[in-house]
Amino acid sequence: MLKFIIPLILFIILAVFLALGLNLKPSEIPSPFINKPAPVFSAPKLNEPEEKLTPADLKGKVWLFNVWASWCVSCRAEHPVLNQLAQQNAVFIVGLNYKDEPNDAKNWLDMLGNPYNVSIMDQDGRIGIDYGVYGVPETFVIDKKGLIRHKHTGPVTAEDVQQTFLPLIARLQAEP
Amino acid sequence: MKRLLFIFLLIMSSSVYAVDFRQLSDPEQQETYETLTKELRCLVCQNQTIADSNAELAADLRRQVYEMLQQGKSKQEVIQFMTDRYGDFVLYKPPFKGKTSVLWIAPVVFLLMGLITVFFFIRRKKAAANQQTKAGALETDIEKQKKIRSLLGKGDPS
Repeated sequence: MLKFIIPLILFIILAVFLALGLNLKPSEIPSPFINKPAPVFSAPKLNEPEEKLTPADLKGKVWLFNVWASWCVSCRAEHPVLNQLAQQNAVFIVGLNYKDEPNDAKNWLDMLGNPYNVSIMDQDGRIGIDYGVYGVPETFVIDKKGLIRHKHTGPVTAEDVQQTFLPLIARLQAEP
Repeated sequence: MKRLLFIFLLIMSSSVYAVDFRQLSDPEQQETYETLTKELRCLVCQNQTIADSNAELAADLRRQVYEMLQQGKSKQEVIQFMTDRYGDFVLYKPPFKGKTSVLWIAPVVFLLMGLITVFFFIRRKKAAANQQTKAGALETDIEKQKKIRSLLGKGDPS
């Protein structure tokens, strides 16, 4: 009897580990930023390079921080979703134009529409490093106090917006 | 022959990579730079260190490490900077703590399990082999006795 039970138990353990392994997403690295203050930056705006934006300017607002670039293919896939979200006026959307040429970025927005209330430039990728960006597009949700409450890696889908972003934004808007 | 040589050179070239080169004035810092870039993971191409990787992010991280060392930051400070932003995942040698304990303990446990299995397997094999030779000896004994009897031309000994 034992002869059959031991291999069976071993098989079950192995199967459990393999099943867990199949469902892991190694490309989704847990962000150490959740519930931490959004890293400080002072970056020129894409449309008015002489003006700068810092997170302090956005205190008291719930805002979305979306990292994008004109060279990024997944950003193109994500773009209509952001355009739609912008139309609902649910949240203030800040774009971080990551390692991009300003002219390419402007053309891209002219062509595909501009969902961003404001876009800032990060040409050498330093703000990206401060936010732990490793795969564009990435999207952060930042609350009224300036704390990062959610991070999404990869393109945001319409489903993500409905199931995660809108409920979270509504909850954060209700916070003092 | 030329083709062979060409193939040989192609194979060899892969091991002579230098993605980029940065020189720090202090040789000790240079060493820290080299060990650090070999201990930090490139997060885009996850199975490469930032020293090996050609990805833009790896280049940016190398620059970050270089600049921090130039400013006189210690190795520990650079590691802290990276884990604050990317989590323990950025380290090729993750620290030992609750979350990562399985990572560190599992290989030892598996090795022990393997050794125990091999030990019992060998012991059982040995025991079985012993029994077999005993049985075999008995059989040849009976055979011999039969032969002796037939040679002596006698029937049953009783």
